[in-house]
Amino acid sequence: MAFISSGYDPNNPMENRITDIGPRNYEDFYPPVIAKNKGKWSHHEILEPGVLVHVADSGDEVYTVRVGGARLMSTSLVNEICDIADKHCDGYVRFTTRNNVEFMVDSKDKLEPLKNELSSRKFDGGSYKFPIGGTGAGVTNIVHTQGWIHCHTPATDASGTVKATMDELFDDFQDMKLPAQLRVSMACCLNMCGAVHCSDIAILGYHRKPPMLDHEYLDKVCEIPLAIASCPTAAVKPAKVKLEDGTEVKSVEVKNERCMYCGNCYTMCPSMPLADTEGDGIVLMAGGKVSNRISHPKFSKVVVAFLPNEMPRWPQMTKAIRQMVDAYSKGANKYERLGEWAERIGWEKFFEVCELDFTHHLIDDFRQQAYNTWRQSSQFKF
Amino acid sequence: MAKHDTPLLDQLESGPWPSFVSDLKRQAEIRAKNEEGVEFQIPADSCDDLLGILELSFKHGRTHWKHGGIVGVFGYGGGVIGRYSDQPEMFPGVEAFHTMRVNQPAGKYYNTEYLRSIMKLWDFRGSGVTNMHGSTGDIILLGTTTPQLEEIFYELTHNLNQDLGGSGSNLRTPSDCLGSSRCEYSCYDTQALCHFLTNEYQDELHRPAFPYKFKFKFDGCPNCCVASIARADMSFIGTWKDQIRIDQDAVNKYVEKDPAYPANAGAHKGRDWGPFDIEKEVTDLCPTQCMKWDGKKLHIDDSNCTRCMHCINVMPRALKIGKETGCSILVGAKAPILDGAQMGSLLAPFVPVNPDNDYEEVTEIIESIWDWWMEEGKNRERLGELIMRQGFQKLLEVTGIDPMPQQVEHPRTNPYIFWKEEEVPGGFERDIKEYRKYHQR
Repeated sequence: MAFISSGYDPNNPMENRITDIGPRNYEDFYPPVIAKNKGKWSHHEILEPGVLVHVADSGDEVYTVRVGGARLMSTSLVNEICDIADKHCDGYVRFTTRNNVEFMVDSKDKLEPLKNELSSRKFDGGSYKFPIGGTGAGVTNIVHTQGWIHCHTPATDASGTVKATMDELFDDFQDMKLPAQLRVSMACCLNMCGAVHCSDIAILGYHRKPPMLDHEYLDKVCEIPLAIASCPTAAVKPAKVKLEDGTEVKSVEVKNERCMYCGNCYTMCPSMPLADTEGDGIVLMAGGKVSNRISHPKFSKVVVAFLPNEMPRWPQMTKAIRQMVDAYSKGANKYERLGEWAERIGWEKFFEVCELDFTHHLIDDFRQQAYNTWRQSSQFKF
Repeated sequence: MAKHDTPLLDQLESGPWPSFVSDLKRQAEIRAKNEEGVEFQIPADSCDDLLGILELSFKHGRTHWKHGGIVGVFGYGGGVIGRYSDQPEMFPGVEAFHTMRVNQPAGKYYNTEYLRSIMKLWDFRGSGVTNMHGSTGDIILLGTTTPQLEEIFYELTHNLNQDLGGSGSNLRTPSDCLGSSRCEYSCYDTQALCHFLTNEYQDELHRPAFPYKFKFKFDGCPNCCVASIARADMSFIGTWKDQIRIDQDAVNKYVEKDPAYPANAGAHKGRDWGPFDIEKEVTDLCPTQCMKWDGKKLHIDDSNCTRCMHCINVMPRALKIGKETGCSILVGAKAPILDGAQMGSLLAPFVPVNPDNDYEEVTEIIESIWDWWMEEGKNRERLGELIMRQGFQKLLEVTGIDPMPQQVEHPRTNPYIFWKEEEVPGGFERDIKEYRKYHQR
């Protein structure tokens, strides 16, 4: 493995340095039919799950085949996407916000060969490389975070929980039989690199134990005032601690009963790790949305306070998700999002029809906003 | 032969959904065989060791990545995230495994020549593992060593005309929906605005000068496909001021169940919901009840329309967004850390999106907000939290935007108004002696 220079000279880092050039111009990457008709689209139709046609005022059409992707992708898989795009789509392809891949062709006769090519490709283990779907009143791809594959703060894995969930919901990815679209999101800790707090169903990794304190190293690797200031509940206090060998060191103490395990202190101070096999697991939230359609955007609500990490397939988690999706599919009106349905029938009924336990953990006790979630009315359902 | 046994991960190879495990295993094999003779600049077995370390996490239920590590490219304070394994002896191939964020093109359209060139670079100088894409929007190159960072940056900028994205207390890489490039609902050119602002604010994107992260997201219409209202400090949501354009003939086609006019553009084809009923499915569901179907014509009282998109989504061939378009600017959205989640709050109901004056109406608002936040924001305080701490009224003051009822769900329910001294005739300084002349102790 000989080092090969790019041309960069470490002794003269500023020589020929190019900075602040930004991203490539999007206009370089438009397929011709998109470039020609941009801003002049008349309407669209979802022809079948995963297949859309957009019709321009000019009469031009663009057919899109949407396929799911794992977000975590190897270069060889991306090169395979390029092979397909070269063969069928004149060398163009796009990705969606929700980690789907879209292949576009400019006439209907190019659609079947493209679809066949996409559905025929499978990994050696048997899963689809490019499952077609993710449109309309169904489940689209899950937006998610890194998890154990690359992050230092996760309370669960991301790619694993997503694979287990999408296997469970796969029929609804390839169909459009739900009352409205159902968006599932996943974040592996409270930092929520993805916007799971406004999803129809959200999977959230959560710690349940206060940080451990590595007193011997804490003052050496952390700025103690920053660690203290980072705590939203003022649970972290400065402390002098005697080590086993009798040396007194500056460190911190944590008021365990004030800790909400957000991990913010760990972000500021690596000597305060939270991860724990039994402590960590999954919170499920439901009923959020970001669209302004019919009702206002909504936050997701916590509906399952904790499920343990059950590698590799998290069966209790997928079972609870299945129960919610089935009850929603059965009970909601056409166009009604999961949160709108839950509000219409009442959350007390939601727990009943989803067969989920309501526990004391689900009643908000975090600051002033908690009050707004209690029932200030004599109207409720038995 | 795989380098590590991965009995737990192997169970994620079955099932229909694309298996990241199968993908990584294949990549590990390709690197081991190296039929193309790539002179790998980081360990060839990085994918093997990535699988190994992930298997160990599946066994332990805990991550095996160390905290942070300050690495980067010269002159930038973002775009690279340092990452080290906490089991380097077991998994030397991923001992140092840093992330690089590559600023994606607006709309995430690509040609294959460009994609292949990025992948080639990443096979050569990195692990061959990516995220397409990260949560913020960037192409994520997952896993390389410290000496490769400058080399990759050099190749990106010199050979691929491509820059890094943002991380840390910077402007994060802005992202957008595909907008008018392929969507008839888009009220402005999201890609043009996203690209312009990304370039306009390169300094803010690369050099941390903010109290904390700051995100822009651009949604072409109120359907909010990129979720800007939930996850951007400033969200730009397309809207219009005039009337929904109605094609009455097309409305009748929907009513007559013409197969070329499926409700909701065919989104419900998987279940038999019964014949289309315009009153049940459109006018009755209108949140403001501003529509009426008289059996022949659809009437919309646009002055009472809140542009929720429902009727347009259901009958896209008959109803079109208005012609006087622009965007609403909402501010302060963030995930729960620290004080709980916030959604964007409406600041400017209608702002023109005008490329001819370099989006002056938009940049004025952005820059006035940044001036305030950089002056007053505490370390790691998001804009939404500053607004909570100093008040929405303060936000209006610094942006020079007039208060209007559109900005609130309802007026305040407490009368604890902090009057400014200049608002009260005579001011706050008074003479107690004069007062006592008329009021005994």
